Amino acid sequence: MEDTIAAISTALGVGAISVIRISGDKSLEIINKIFDKDLSNAKSHTIHYGHIIDNSEIIDEVLVSVMLSPKTFTKENIIEINCHGGINTTNKVLELVLSNGARLAEPGEFTKRAFLNGRIDLTQADGIMNLIEAKTDISRKMSINQLNGEASNNIKKIRKKLVDIVSNIEVNIDYPEYEDIEVVTSEKIYPLVLNIKEELEKIIKKSEDGKIINEGIKIGIIGRPNVGKSSLLNTLLEEEKAIVTDIEGTTRDIVEGKIIINGFVCNIIDTAGIRETDNIVEKIGVNKSYDIITSSDLIIMILNNNERITEEELELLSMIKKKNHIIVINKIDLENKLNLYVEDAIKISIKDNTGIEDIKTRISEIFNLDKITTDDMSYLSNARSISLLKQALYKIKESLANIENNTWVDIIELDLKECWNILGEIIGETYTDELIDEIFSRFCLGK
Amino acid sequence: MNYDIIVVGAGHAGCEAALASAKMGKNTLLVTSNINNVATLPCNPSIGGSAKGIIVREIDALGGTMGRIADKTALQMKMLNSSKGPAVRSLRAQVDKVTYPKEMLKTLKNQENLTLLEGMVEDLIVENNTVLGIILEDNTKITSKKVILTTGTYLKADILVGSERTRSGPSGEKPSMHLSDKLASYGFEILRLKTGTPQRIDKNSIDFSKTQVEPGDKVCYNFNTEEHTEYDTTAQVPCHLIYTTPETHKIILDNLNKSAMYGGRDDITGVGPRYCPSIEDKIVRFKDKERHQLFIEPESIYYDDMYLQGFSTSMPRDVQEKMVHSLPGLENAKINKYAYAIEYDAIYPTQITRSLESKVIKNLYTAGQINGTSGYEEAAGQGIIAGINASLSLENKEPLILKRNEAYIGVLIDDLVTKGTIEPYRMLTSRAEYRLILRHDNADIRLTDYGYKVGLIKEDRYNKFKTKKENIKELLNLLKEIKLTPTISNNELLTKLNSANIKDSISLYDLLKRTEITINTLLENTLLEDSYDDEVYEQAEITIKYAGYINKINKEAEKMLKYEEKQIPQDIDYNKIPNLASEARQKLLKVNPTTIGQALRISGVNPSDISILMIYLRKKYNE
Repeated sequence: MEDTIAAISTALGVGAISVIRISGDKSLEIINKIFDKDLSNAKSHTIHYGHIIDNSEIIDEVLVSVMLSPKTFTKENIIEINCHGGINTTNKVLELVLSNGARLAEPGEFTKRAFLNGRIDLTQADGIMNLIEAKTDISRKMSINQLNGEASNNIKKIRKKLVDIVSNIEVNIDYPEYEDIEVVTSEKIYPLVLNIKEELEKIIKKSEDGKIINEGIKIGIIGRPNVGKSSLLNTLLEEEKAIVTDIEGTTRDIVEGKIIINGFVCNIIDTAGIRETDNIVEKIGVNKSYDIITSSDLIIMILNNNERITEEELELLSMIKKKNHIIVINKIDLENKLNLYVEDAIKISIKDNTGIEDIKTRISEIFNLDKITTDDMSYLSNARSISLLKQALYKIKESLANIENNTWVDIIELDLKECWNILGEIIGETYTDELIDEIFSRFCLGK
Repeated sequence: MNYDIIVVGAGHAGCEAALASAKMGKNTLLVTSNINNVATLPCNPSIGGSAKGIIVREIDALGGTMGRIADKTALQMKMLNSSKGPAVRSLRAQVDKVTYPKEMLKTLKNQENLTLLEGMVEDLIVENNTVLGIILEDNTKITSKKVILTTGTYLKADILVGSERTRSGPSGEKPSMHLSDKLASYGFEILRLKTGTPQRIDKNSIDFSKTQVEPGDKVCYNFNTEEHTEYDTTAQVPCHLIYTTPETHKIILDNLNKSAMYGGRDDITGVGPRYCPSIEDKIVRFKDKERHQLFIEPESIYYDDMYLQGFSTSMPRDVQEKMVHSLPGLENAKINKYAYAIEYDAIYPTQITRSLESKVIKNLYTAGQINGTSGYEEAAGQGIIAGINASLSLENKEPLILKRNEAYIGVLIDDLVTKGTIEPYRMLTSRAEYRLILRHDNADIRLTDYGYKVGLIKEDRYNKFKTKKENIKELLNLLKEIKLTPTISNNELLTKLNSANIKDSISLYDLLKRTEITINTLLENTLLEDSYDDEVYEQAEITIKYAGYINKINKEAEKMLKYEEKQIPQDIDYNKIPNLASEARQKLLKVNPTTIGQALRISGVNPSDISILMIYLRKKYNE
């Protein structure tokens, strides 16, 4: 039997209403556990007003749609909860749904089920999957919705600045003898490009904040075995009364749990230890640590105050150098044998329960959690937009490097144009013809 | 008389088309309304220019003619953008308007398999949507297997000066009155376009002391890609630069209602190109500009007309007089020819394929302004491709379709047939996304193989080309082998050259990656023995210095090529594909792209439509 899956189906971050969709046999069972009305005998395709309840506490005032198999998108029982309480509430409702027996749906999983259950044919399913994967209208529109308002305006402003530079350079190339058009040189554009770089960095920062609001902070704990990783995780979790889940198939390798710091969700993941060995299983553990390091927003690395530093630890330290990280030295209740000085390290003893609060404070500091305001929803963004923003930033950095290297202005322009294209993709505008229009509308040329 | 190929029109497109097909051994007829008027330059007296110059090089690398005659008849040569990177450098020749057409006529007359005929083509012989020949004004019928139309601005041409409209081709030539109506009756969608040309001023009436001299380059450049020729750079004829005055602007603004374009006339339907607006257009649209640049360019050493570039207008003659006399140095100027606009018919280029054969009538090819382009070079570039493809088709061979990463000509044709155009299309570097590899300097490397393969380039030239390629390879290897050791004297030399000192041995190849080090530096300081041609050094240097950028572009091009390889069967019925967005369906039906790559570039067709199309193709044609 298939799992019952659930996900937030609307774009996160905007709009007064968010819809959580649940699909599968247990849909009704789950909603009955958290809704203040019994929907066991509800007719198909009906809508019900009521409240989502967690241990008799009202979480949100909602409308629940009941759509029974087979006349639904997935051909399974579908429940849709229309939440009204904003992001944090919606997240909370989703968590309730998940803790009552549903599994978080993978991207495209509803569509996959629709196909598997014969609701749509492969053409449609494939088409929709491609839509999700490719740079498509839908994904474009998704990101437009997620990135509306101020962020979108700021991107438009940056694109305007870029197109000013780019079209001017292109006119210089296509009409080299028109002296009354300013000749763009590297020196002239350097401050402008630098300014664009700073603007982009600002947007990325804010968007990442938005991502934190949406998705929480992913924190990986790494370190050698018995250094106190699980203990730290458990201590943090115990305090916050969060749920610890063993993820299937990776039993005991990774354990994760959620805590809330300053109102923001932190997903903490404990990895397998790193040990000096050729053992294949242990190697996998190292690889996993590496995966965690690359996918986490923050790394907590624990060192043992009572042991000498090892080669592997030094390697890990160098691996996390460029990431957000906190170095924690545990077991300060024992004799100091650690022959490494780390600036900013937080010294703790899990046994004595000292220093734990310092870790939380540091996490809050690193992400400026006390400064993120949830009312600046304009920057709420998805991972795709952020990754495009970063690509755009990369192009800008390339062009800055090229300017510093005295490269031809027409080559510098290629990166700027690419940056302009990428930003256009975020807001759903990418036409090179647009650039040519710009050239003709802004410059006075001709025979 | 039955010809293999008939070419209609002997402008720049027609000449290249006829020469290509005749050289490929096809019995070719070139029909023109005035045999003494082939390959004329009715507008600007120059060949080449930004991006266009690269097209001329490409034509030459394919075995075409334009570049050779431009070299021969140049009054002045200038490498544009020489202060910028090699990717955007482009050659322009001011050519002599008398000798250029003369040389072309000579070339045509000397060409084997080519017959010239004076006549006005007014209809085609068409049966079962297949062209079988042409019909002249006097009803003479001439049959052929293929017909190439290169009618330029002659289809229903109207000359506009002020409020006057005269049915006429350029320079009083006779226009074709009926051909475009006939084409419409065969199913072509017709487009009305417009272009303009400025005044010609009598050289003797200009006070050149009030102008700024614009000389030619002191280095010799050629369009010829086969071999480099030196010429006397001091014998070049200069151009002159002047600016409009406040008085000019006042005259124009005061008389705006008399301008054909601004006078509220509703009989002008032709769409003009944005890149050559009239002077009144410039003054109205760019109010803040105090002055506009104008170039006075020589037309020929055999007569006295000077071309006033930048001053094209549709004002009546009396206003033009005032306008011209308000310019510095032209106070007493005599206008030999007034500025005029010309309206003409063209076909929507989405009705032709990338081989330039029409989709409407089989065996009919079109090239040049009839396809909506503007410019001698754009025309010639299409002409040679039409000539090659009509000939290849007679040999039952696949057409030559240049890709966007291979040639500006490829970009040009792909843009036309995929995106269409509603204004005269001019090539711009900004249209070429792979411009970094579509350079003036490597045109021969890119295209000589194709020229040889289709038969336009003969063995001896091809062998020379192969030697050049081998020399480049050899030189690159040599540069990798020769190492500079970190001796005191070598580091002293590097210091002298403002280059960082070395601690380990470094190959000359790696040394050349430094901005401040050029092949010339190596040669001057005897680090490298001089044993190759300049062109070989140039290629090696660009290859090394721009390796990073070139690799990046090549990778992007590869991605595009993957989509280009995915063929779409031409009998596909887009009406039968479910879920296509209706705009996409209409555009796909209209363009009928041959590859997924081409489909992707159609505006209005979204990636989601492409996914649906690809799934449909997979299901229908693979299962």
